[in-house]
Amino acid sequence: MRAFDSTPMPKTERITKLVADLFAKMPEIEPARAELITESFRSSEGLPIVTRKAMAFRHILNGLPIVIRPGELIVGSTTLAPRGCQTYPEFSYEWLEAEFDTVEHRTADPFYISEETKERLRKVNPYWKGKTTSELARSYMAPETLRAMDHNFFTPGNYYYNGVGHVNVHYDRVIYEGLKGIMAQTAEELEKVEPGDPRYGDKKRFLEAVIISCQAVIDYARRYADLAKSEAEKESDPKRREELLKIAKTCSHVPENPARTFEEGLQAFWFVQQTIQIESSGHSISPGRFDQYMYPLYERDIEAGTLTREYAQELIDCVWVKLNDLNKCRDAASAEGFSGYSLFQNLIVGGQTPDGRDATNDLSFMCLDATKHVFLPQPSISIRVWNGSAKELLIRAAEVTRTGIGFPAYYNDEIIIPSMENRGINIEDARNYCIIGCVEPHVPGKEDGWHDAAFFNMCRPLEMVFTNGVDNGEVASIRTGELETITSYEEFKAAYKKQMDYNIALLVNADNAIDRAHAERAPLPFESALIDDCISRATPLQQGGAHYNFTGPQGFGIANVADSLYAVKTLVFEQKKFTLKELAKALAMNYGQGFDEITAKEAAMQAGKIMAEKGEEINENMIASIIQKVLTMELPPEEKKRYEEIREMIIDLPHYGNDIDEVDTIAREVAYYYTKPLPQYKNPRGGIFQAGLYPVSANVPLGAQTGATPDGRLAHTPVADGVSPTSGYDLNGPTASCNSVARLDHADASNGTLFNMKMHPSAMSTRKDLEDFASLVRGFFDQKGMHMQFNVVDRQTLLDAQAHPEKYAGLVVRVAGYSALFTTLSKSLQDDIIRRTEQGRDR
Amino acid sequence: MTDEYGYLNVTGRIFDIQRYSIHDGIGIRTIVFLKGCALRCRWCCNPESQNFDIETMTVNGKPKVYGRDVTVREVMQTVRRDMPYYSRSDGGLTLSGGESLLQPEFAKALLQAAKALGVSTAMESMGFAKYETIDGILPYLDTYLMDIKHMDAKKHADWCGRENTLMVENARKIAASGKTKLIIRVPVVPGFNDTERELLDIARFADSLPGVEEIDILPYHNFGEGKYTGLGRPYPMGNAARPGMEKMEGFKAAIERNTDLYCQIGG
Repeated sequence: MRAFDSTPMPKTERITKLVADLFAKMPEIEPARAELITESFRSSEGLPIVTRKAMAFRHILNGLPIVIRPGELIVGSTTLAPRGCQTYPEFSYEWLEAEFDTVEHRTADPFYISEETKERLRKVNPYWKGKTTSELARSYMAPETLRAMDHNFFTPGNYYYNGVGHVNVHYDRVIYEGLKGIMAQTAEELEKVEPGDPRYGDKKRFLEAVIISCQAVIDYARRYADLAKSEAEKESDPKRREELLKIAKTCSHVPENPARTFEEGLQAFWFVQQTIQIESSGHSISPGRFDQYMYPLYERDIEAGTLTREYAQELIDCVWVKLNDLNKCRDAASAEGFSGYSLFQNLIVGGQTPDGRDATNDLSFMCLDATKHVFLPQPSISIRVWNGSAKELLIRAAEVTRTGIGFPAYYNDEIIIPSMENRGINIEDARNYCIIGCVEPHVPGKEDGWHDAAFFNMCRPLEMVFTNGVDNGEVASIRTGELETITSYEEFKAAYKKQMDYNIALLVNADNAIDRAHAERAPLPFESALIDDCISRATPLQQGGAHYNFTGPQGFGIANVADSLYAVKTLVFEQKKFTLKELAKALAMNYGQGFDEITAKEAAMQAGKIMAEKGEEINENMIASIIQKVLTMELPPEEKKRYEEIREMIIDLPHYGNDIDEVDTIAREVAYYYTKPLPQYKNPRGGIFQAGLYPVSANVPLGAQTGATPDGRLAHTPVADGVSPTSGYDLNGPTASCNSVARLDHADASNGTLFNMKMHPSAMSTRKDLEDFASLVRGFFDQKGMHMQFNVVDRQTLLDAQAHPEKYAGLVVRVAGYSALFTTLSKSLQDDIIRRTEQGRDR
Repeated sequence: MTDEYGYLNVTGRIFDIQRYSIHDGIGIRTIVFLKGCALRCRWCCNPESQNFDIETMTVNGKPKVYGRDVTVREVMQTVRRDMPYYSRSDGGLTLSGGESLLQPEFAKALLQAAKALGVSTAMESMGFAKYETIDGILPYLDTYLMDIKHMDAKKHADWCGRENTLMVENARKIAASGKTKLIIRVPVVPGFNDTERELLDIARFADSLPGVEEIDILPYHNFGEGKYTGLGRPYPMGNAARPGMEKMEGFKAAIERNTDLYCQIGG
């Protein structure tokens, strides 16, 4: 094991001030990027798309207003206002215009937008009509795919409306070779392209685009060097003047040249991190193994005596602040699904080196401490745990967990590495994995994983078994037969599997359509420059240039489906307490618990459709009266009572999450229904699909599109998140939950699994508690669990925060693969977090 | 089944099994609560543990039965499920109650079975049994968490229903045997023993026991109050206030100043 120094360094005044400044105002939408890209595209009509992209990137970086915020040591801001965001009309823009007047007041992730900005965006947006990736993607989709999306079986919203992002790039190459080195390699490749090459034109244009883009980033850094210099001249405080002069020196050297110091390395890192996000609107651009690639510079400076650990910590803290300066405005529906202004910039420490030794170093600790210092949602900090992990690092991680910030997330090398190898990744690359976004394992600098490719709601196909493929009066899925024809549990399962297979194929169709649209309309030369083997293959990332290619859509609702199947098995087929038909009725009647507005509106729409078909006139009053009728509908008392009885019987059954083999085995099988079919499908970039089992925060909005389920869940309430047990159903404490979750085959979900656990602060107060907490993680991982994350906060605090958000502006909670400020979350997601498994205890 | 494993068939009465218990002994533990107690301490937070009889308590408005007869084999089915966590934390099985020693054969068999699994054992008990009975258990017991509530026999009898003579005597013998790690635990109860003098009396006694290095002082809490209501019994402690952290810190300091013991607040 490598020797390391884990002594904590203090937080400085500068960091306190930078954080305060960052949150002084509500985030704001700025129009500059949209104007610049439109200007550039107008002038480049007719040129190859990759050339146009490079020219636009250059034009944006030359024209974006730049700013150095007071006290910053690491510079580079995408917007003038702190935490502001630019817009990306080339991917989609209609939603923003439609939401101009509501975006400031919505509950999830509101943004301020000035009248002037609206006006400026209205001028440029129309240019993009018919030119966006989302429009092209839609034209590539099968009709039944569009129907399945309308009926909410899955939503590929992420890449449908935005850039892909979700990569980790070669920060190390920029830091240690400089963009100069990458440009030199590109120039060499350009030389090699033979006139007889069938792809001559493609290759030339792409490689030239790479060079244009790299030069654009170098020039952008020089703008900062000039700005720092001119600000230094005006600066009256001599100390700050020195800092500004140093910034000027740094920005004129990196990212063009290899970094000479740790500080220059951090600045080079930052320019890459920032500009990739200016190039595309993709989120989850993940710094990955920051403690590994920054370490050689750190070690050299420390040994040379030119860097103190105190200053190194302050610089890292500054980078953490910058990671929170970036922001992104999503459409209202997506904002619910990704609630919390998160950009999912995942940064991971610890784990193993590519040759299989423990990778813990000083920076592993300093990164964890930086999260404690800035106490903000970015980066999404993670820790890799393996059999040889330093215990000290785990305890330090537990100390961060204890603060309640929801970080770090814990990942298990012992299952992730083999699961990656099983997908064709070589062992050195697998050992070098990092995490993208929420929970997705990824080969640094070599992969286009298309993680987060869609949300697939595993409860919806289950509903279709009960309705024989009919949803809201229309055929929406495959017909699996009337319920009377299903006479055994095996037949029931077979029908569910058929529903799953059918919709999984459509999910693949949707993703591949979007994939093609990005290949055609959004090749990204700068991002491609930093991922192997795009340059050597002279192929953009979006067209299959990466060394490893995958598509990773995520399923969720395992707990609900497993508990549902168990209920059907025991109560319908074994004990014959009720028939499938009666259960179907109980579900349709929401277990006699009345209907909400969602059901009422669906019913009204259905009635409207029928009337329209009959040629009858529809008026608003009639619709309103139908809604009113459904909302106030009273079932006959004996019928209501029966449905309630059925629900009681279901709730009294054992549930997933309690360490009960029979139920957990069903959960394992249910997960396979999603994970097994996917790798049989290919994507257009030459890779395969691989499943993830995690929901981000979509289990709440997508739950609102799901009727009552046979696990006793009421209509439109949240679906269980990730692989976690249903909130409130796990009653045997954390070890029992862990055992149940570990019983799934995590290796087969090689795009990541997500296990949320809520711990009460009282279970994490003493040193012994922390050691036992680490043992809990270890014990789960020994059984091949993949991921764990924790909310350490008491219920009372959350309830109080809901009632008095003003008092809790800084309260960070774990949402899904990320943490967010509790008070910025939508009410329904807040409720879900409050409900989430704080394991039941009698005493 | 040979006699060698006969202990697996021993039957006893428990009222709960609690997993991921981290405040009762080393590491992550599973606590098995044995039903029945010799004392009736006024502050007892588990009144459902006191009667050996199976009884019904109202919990969240619903009747729930407390007490079931189980074999050691059945208990071990649950205990063994957390093996991965025990091995990572040096945890294992803890017996609590009630007073485990009121079911000595069962308690011994449980500990023996845990040892056979290779996990550590602990028992929370005030030592209410003949010493010979205790001595038979000690070979299977790694840690004895022994309650000593007061040094004054009369006051003890007044608040707990019996004098402390037997238990104090047993503490001496257990310590002298050297067969187990003995830790003394003291509930700090307002009006009963929450003075420096009374706590120091206990601490000095504990300090005099050979091999004893640690004393845990546990602040009284009223989390059990609802259970008394659920059992249809009055809550003996009324509105007694819970000792504050400052006060507990003061006791800890006093104990550590006056004895060689390490004093921990909470279990």
